[in-house]
Amino acid sequence: MSLAEPAALPVATSAAPRLHLLKRFTSRFKASLPAYLLLLPSLVFLALFTYGAMGRVLIDALYQRATPKAPVRFVGFENISAVLADPAFAGAVVNNLIYAVGTAVPSIALALLFALALARTHAVNSALRAALFLPVLIPMVAASALFLFIFLPNVGLLDYYIGRLLPVLPNWLGDPDIALYAIMVITIWKNAGYYMLFFLAGLQAVPEDVMEAAHLDGAGPYRRLRHIILPELKPTFLFVTVIATLNAVTQVDHVFVMTQGGPSNSTNLVLFYIYQQAVEHYDIGKASAATLLTLAALMALTALSFRTMASREGGP
Amino acid sequence: MKLFDTLWKDAPLATRGEITPKLGFALTVLLAMVWLIPFLWMVVATLRPASDGINAMAELMPSLKPTLDNVRDAWEIGDFPRYTLNTTIICTGILLVQFVTITLAGFAFARLDFAGKTPIFHLFLMQLMLVPVLLIVPNLSLVAQLGLYDTLTGVMMPFFASAFGTFLMRQAFEAIPTELEDAALIDGAGLFQRIRHIYVPLSMPSFSAFAIISVTSHWNDFLWPLMVINSPDKRPLTIGLSVFTKTAEGTQAWGTIAAGTLMVIAPLLVAFLIFQKRFISSFVTSGIK
Repeated sequence: MSLAEPAALPVATSAAPRLHLLKRFTSRFKASLPAYLLLLPSLVFLALFTYGAMGRVLIDALYQRATPKAPVRFVGFENISAVLADPAFAGAVVNNLIYAVGTAVPSIALALLFALALARTHAVNSALRAALFLPVLIPMVAASALFLFIFLPNVGLLDYYIGRLLPVLPNWLGDPDIALYAIMVITIWKNAGYYMLFFLAGLQAVPEDVMEAAHLDGAGPYRRLRHIILPELKPTFLFVTVIATLNAVTQVDHVFVMTQGGPSNSTNLVLFYIYQQAVEHYDIGKASAATLLTLAALMALTALSFRTMASREGGP
Repeated sequence: MKLFDTLWKDAPLATRGEITPKLGFALTVLLAMVWLIPFLWMVVATLRPASDGINAMAELMPSLKPTLDNVRDAWEIGDFPRYTLNTTIICTGILLVQFVTITLAGFAFARLDFAGKTPIFHLFLMQLMLVPVLLIVPNLSLVAQLGLYDTLTGVMMPFFASAFGTFLMRQAFEAIPTELEDAALIDGAGLFQRIRHIYVPLSMPSFSAFAIISVTSHWNDFLWPLMVINSPDKRPLTIGLSVFTKTAEGTQAWGTIAAGTLMVIAPLLVAFLIFQKRFISSFVTSGIK
């Protein structure tokens, strides 16, 4: 089979306009064959692990096994309603919402501060950027190992240095009212440097001469930020918000390592709930139903943000 | 103030006297130092002898009698050589297969005309939206059905195709002038020869950008290998570290935990410090991942 002249074949088809429809279709297919062969390896794996996986989630969500060895039984929407009625799932969703807002807002605000402060490139700023970026590189599990000690009651880093200032030493990871916030600190520490990169890139689009002109017109730093920089950074904000939200759902390894969803489910997040259903309770039906709900929510969110982005680009 | 003057010497003249940007800068410097504290503690605790006792563990001042005992303990107890090997196999395996799949697919999208190009392109786009980690449950049952449960291949397989890599290569290939390919075509070079000798060598910067993202993210992967791997001798570094941490936590061996953590992240940190610019620009492109 010759893959040598892919571009020559389509010309041959258009030269014979009266070809039978089926013939035209086959010759078009033949002309496209080299491209399909090149795409085949990727498409096989995408079919197995992305689209196939989607289909599987849909089907698995409709079936149920009484025990791991029992035959599957069609249950329709029972799994989905069971998940929706499960107080643990509702709790995980609420926790995840708090976690999403409580990590996205501070880490984006910090990222903006870092980017504004370090926008000019010179040796000092490069070193500072590198320092802020380091946590991005390390595995969440490694970050968890370090913060496990930082939050350790009495002898840990936090209690050792600042705990003395507090009247009562809190049990950072052991108190259900505090644990989720302790977990959030790790995420903020880990992600702010990543989002900073996007703001640094976005800031390059802000024209220097406009800034200078604004200054000459008497605009102070706040008004320049408010009326020139922030409007220019709007697409960056939207983009970073989407990434931060996705991270809030997917990047939760520290829950697995540090708290296992506890104490008393206070750090149970959606992905951990799914994992528990699948691995600890062997309930694939419920795990799939929860996956389905999460995917639907995330896809709606991304679609919405893409539309906002598109309408902004198309608009005035 | 001298320092500030040098740092702001290329700022627009009119804004140099303002105080707010300098406060913001000072705050950022302060936070950058706070950001480094966990790393600082990790290094100090790694070198601290166990004889200093648990109460000195949080001390950020380095011990006067530094020791490598913790490193040796972690290396021996934690089976880190094995974990490092497994992680290396996983990252290399994924990357090698990805290079093939994304080169071929990227080339098809960049240079070939075929029926259904736009819908197929959208199929690829979809992978960017469907975060793989959310599909762990269906993918685990598929991997089990394929007989790949508890194998490193099972850990690698879902990542063999990469929409992000395909887009990156498509972009790189589109930037290569067609005249080069035409010349090779006249010389009778086949499709694979042209990809191999013209497109791939000219796209090395994109390949290395992709390699950085791919290796970093799979080096750090935790949840998926946790689901697939069962035998202790097939654990990658992240799972090894989490198991090790659990065991060492019970005995309050924080110095060993710090040493283990240091070993897990050291390769990436060293690579980052050497290729800092490349890492940063790769991570900027990875936003669409």
